[in-house]
Amino acid sequence: MEPCFFSSINTFITDPLTHDFMRKALFMSSLVAAVCGFLSSYLTLKGWALMGDAVSHSVMPGVVVAYALGLPFSLGAFIFGVGSVALIGFVKQKSRVKEDTVIGLVFTGFFALGIVLVSKIKSNIDLHSILFGSPLGISLSDVKQTILISLLVVILLLVFRKDLMLYCFDPRHAKTVGINVLFLHYLLLTCLSLAAVVGLQTVGIILVVAMLITPGATAYLLTDQFDNMTMISVFSAIISSIIGIYCSFWFDLETGGSIVLAQTFIFLFAFLFAPRYGIFKLKKFFSNYK
Amino acid sequence: MDKPNYQTHRIEAENICVDYNGKVALYDANLRLKPGQICGLVGMNGAGKTTFFNALTGFVNISKGKIRINGESLRSAQKDQTIAYVPQSEGIDSQFPVNVWDVVMMGRYGSMNVLRCPRESDVQAVKDAIERVDLINFTSTPIGNLSGGQRKRTFLARAIAQRASILLLDEPFTGVDIRTEKLISELFIQFKNEGKTILLSTHDMIHVREFCDLVLLINKTVVAYGETSEVFTPENITSTFGGISPDVLFGPES
Repeated sequence: MEPCFFSSINTFITDPLTHDFMRKALFMSSLVAAVCGFLSSYLTLKGWALMGDAVSHSVMPGVVVAYALGLPFSLGAFIFGVGSVALIGFVKQKSRVKEDTVIGLVFTGFFALGIVLVSKIKSNIDLHSILFGSPLGISLSDVKQTILISLLVVILLLVFRKDLMLYCFDPRHAKTVGINVLFLHYLLLTCLSLAAVVGLQTVGIILVVAMLITPGATAYLLTDQFDNMTMISVFSAIISSIIGIYCSFWFDLETGGSIVLAQTFIFLFAFLFAPRYGIFKLKKFFSNYK
Repeated sequence: MDKPNYQTHRIEAENICVDYNGKVALYDANLRLKPGQICGLVGMNGAGKTTFFNALTGFVNISKGKIRINGESLRSAQKDQTIAYVPQSEGIDSQFPVNVWDVVMMGRYGSMNVLRCPRESDVQAVKDAIERVDLINFTSTPIGNLSGGQRKRTFLARAIAQRASILLLDEPFTGVDIRTEKLISELFIQFKNEGKTILLSTHDMIHVREFCDLVLLINKTVVAYGETSEVFTPENITSTFGGISPDVLFGPES
């Protein structure tokens, strides 16, 4: 068989789709990427990148404990995610240690606890899949849970998207006009924990923070409109997932790493060529030639 | 619109204290303002001006004392959109991806439904507010592309769109152009005639003399409070600024 160029492109795209696990992986990763991408607009604008890192690492012991007790892993992750933030707030308030130090200190502590628990609780938990994700081996019950959580997060973000935008932009004004700022704070935190849980399956705990900040950062370079920013963010996240999964299929690469790397390349592209905010300021360049 | 009740005070702050994790930022501060009064808030950096604003907007909780707005609690004042806060220039992220229209519309959020869908009346209020601050040609300009003065006017428009009866302005004249300064001064006179109450912090002593009926000098607590002509004396200013004479601060004619 000597395929011509177009048919080989065709094979390149359709061949992976003949496998059931690949279709599932593509669907799940795109869904998770969309959810994380949506949220990442808020996190980058709020300046919560480090918080995203902290929460996503801190969910580890929660996942392990939940598995061991036979509870839904999202519940355990959620408790530890929110718990870590509460602890960060408490330690910061009660000591003279600076905030970034406290964040680093708390989340590494939680993360280490998770790793120790995995080694102690001898069960069928696969440390590798928690750390690096396993989008190709998602079980049916995990699929259901992920879809459910994703829907929940998307609905919450859609309903409160303007309030959350205001909360990120000017919390004082929000408070002044009677909007419950504390509620929005915990809402964003809840969404963050939940997104970390679903993101964990596709790219793993270590890289999930990339899903939560890179698409937002990319979109931030490309637009001055908040709604456009969320859309670009979601779109670039989905594209990265598809590119990443195809690359991992054809070149036999680690899937989670490929997805994040694809996101990083898209960011790099925006960083260089974004019309207004890119290094090369293409908009200015072209308007000079008009 | 609520009818201004000239019997009650718009703002009543009684012996309020604010501390951040045990560090006292403001103590035993009192303030009473009536409708149509403009009061200048004067003090050094770190004297508690922004803390005072934070307490009046409810952004920080007071540890002692009482705040009544139009004779009611702060909570109900927030619900009624009574208080508008215009932040100082450094207090906002100017790179945030929103345009003038979006920011002014935020003034209406508190009176919209949960999804914050603008009604016809909200759109009209925003349009009117933008017209009053003379930014009608900039409605879709991202705030990052505005000058300092235009950005200040945008936030003033947000307060106008909110239809608040109390305006709190943190350094409204810092970093603005002459045109904006003139426009803001004119708006203040209009607000006064509409019966709004204004509390503004400023570093510029000339502005205080120009249009503040009252002045509140603070240095962690109230140093002096009253009619500008009586209270705004070199002695009081000196003690507000920790013993530095007003000559050094504002030139010899003070």
